[in-house]
Amino acid sequence: MSNLLEVDRISKSFRGLKAVQDVSFTVPEGTIVGLIGPNGAGKTTCFNMIAGVYRADAGEVRFAGSPLRNARPDQVCRAGIGRTFQLVKPFAGLTVMENVTVGALNACPTVRAAKDKAAAVIDQLGLGAKREQMAASLTLPERKRLEVARALATGPRLLLLDEVMAGLRPTETDRMVALFRELNAKLGLTILLIEHVMRAVMALSNRLVVLHHGRVIAAGRPEDITRDPAVLESYLGEEAL
Amino acid sequence: MRQALLEGVPRRGLHMLAGLLLALIALPLVAGDYIITVMILILYFAYVGQAWNIMMGFAGQLSLGHALYVGLGAYAAAALYVHFGISPWVGLWAAMAVSALAGAVIGFLAFRFGVAGVYFAILTIAFAEFARIGFDHWSWVGGSAGFFLPVANYARNDLLTLRGSPAMFYYVTLAMTAAALVLCHVLLRSRVGYHWQAIRESPDAAQALGIDIFRSKMIAVVLSAAMTSLGGVVFAFHYNNLFPEQIFHISRSIELILGPIVGGVGTLLGPIVGAFLLTALSESLQEVMRALGVDVPGIKQVFYGICLLVVVMFLPDGVWPPLSRRLGLGNGRAKEQAEEGGP
Repeated sequence: MSNLLEVDRISKSFRGLKAVQDVSFTVPEGTIVGLIGPNGAGKTTCFNMIAGVYRADAGEVRFAGSPLRNARPDQVCRAGIGRTFQLVKPFAGLTVMENVTVGALNACPTVRAAKDKAAAVIDQLGLGAKREQMAASLTLPERKRLEVARALATGPRLLLLDEVMAGLRPTETDRMVALFRELNAKLGLTILLIEHVMRAVMALSNRLVVLHHGRVIAAGRPEDITRDPAVLESYLGEEAL
Repeated sequence: MRQALLEGVPRRGLHMLAGLLLALIALPLVAGDYIITVMILILYFAYVGQAWNIMMGFAGQLSLGHALYVGLGAYAAAALYVHFGISPWVGLWAAMAVSALAGAVIGFLAFRFGVAGVYFAILTIAFAEFARIGFDHWSWVGGSAGFFLPVANYARNDLLTLRGSPAMFYYVTLAMTAAALVLCHVLLRSRVGYHWQAIRESPDAAQALGIDIFRSKMIAVVLSAAMTSLGGVVFAFHYNNLFPEQIFHISRSIELILGPIVGGVGTLLGPIVGAFLLTALSESLQEVMRALGVDVPGIKQVFYGICLLVVVMFLPDGVWPPLSRRLGLGNGRAKEQAEEGGP
């Protein structure tokens, strides 16, 4: 299985604070990889370096074999990486349909085709009834789903999910998990997710990468990770598993 | 093509628009020169308001220096006509090119170096001020003493050189306003229109969805500048005199954006509705004051101020969205609600 995403010893400092140090991991094509760790461990910073929001101080991110050197977020998206934001950023003044159409335009040659694709993705995410509503009127769980719908509509090979389950009720979490599983199984969509909701992480991930203080402290299969003493001490021990 | 043009337009709205257009076309048959002159002013503001709305309403980039493009367009076409006898129909291309270039320079400086929001607005003011001071000292176009076009004999309309009666200018501005409306409607439903609105709502999210925000914003500023300059060309040939102190002045930039703000920023018909309301009301007010023999200098500005205050406090989305709902035309948002979505 080839690696779709290779993160090779990336580092990032913010005014002397080393947010991410020498982080390396890979995301094999067709898998779901979870990036976990306590708050402030550098997960979102890693995401932002992959997505082109931040430039890594050192190291390199390769996607499908080619380096994403100095790529802007829009170029990263066009290369085939869709992302969501931890703090959702809906286009509040546009309808759900328009929000998702904007994403779909990335993958479609015409506006008409983009609308068709957007409609399909909206139904997939269970937002069909809200299609003509303004994004500003959505509840937080709906906004999270909209965030996913928009990213998915861009037609990504790799989907970066930044805490899309946070704030969802358990039933909604299960629905999202089922959806990502289906996307992964049916379309072969590769997913890298940051998640605190262990119920979702354990259900979804083929592999876990654990960050702590900006460094990778463990990586491997979920069942091994949950028994890793270092992980238990720094992260999972704090959580009621 | 026809289907694409009519997409998302409520049938009822289309009928109303067609009726309004017919009424406006017939207007010179019944109205006197005074009414026509006021109508030219209204249509002029409706036109440039729409041009400004592309930048601010659609793409979310606040320009407070649009007088720059009006002035550049006016001076470019007027200078070509006065000095070389070149028809404004040729001159308008030069006017658009000059303004588009100015817009591109401002846009490049701002968008490349991350000048955004209020700072972008200040940059646009600064460029308009540069132009005002520059033209004040440019003797080839009259400097601060003003630049004058030969005043024509109104007995005969010469469309080729734009010399003629108010009725001719009325039809020219009406055609421009209508064309701008169609263009804005098409733009909003196009790829770049979606991109603009996404950038307006959240630049970060827009960029994450694959939108080259620099490119999209550049298209908006260049298009808006070129369109605005056409308003300047008509302004020059209608009023026949240009003074840098007036045409590039910040008060002109502000006056130009009042229509869209009152009507509804980002809406399709807001700039037109706003221009009608503001200009018609302020002209009526002036007439009433004149009839009463009261001379209050600056009454128009005070009136504009009150209008703006009322709109900002009670109708922050502008007059058009609630009016549109009242007329049964959907919520009058930038993209009308009537879209039924996919097939």
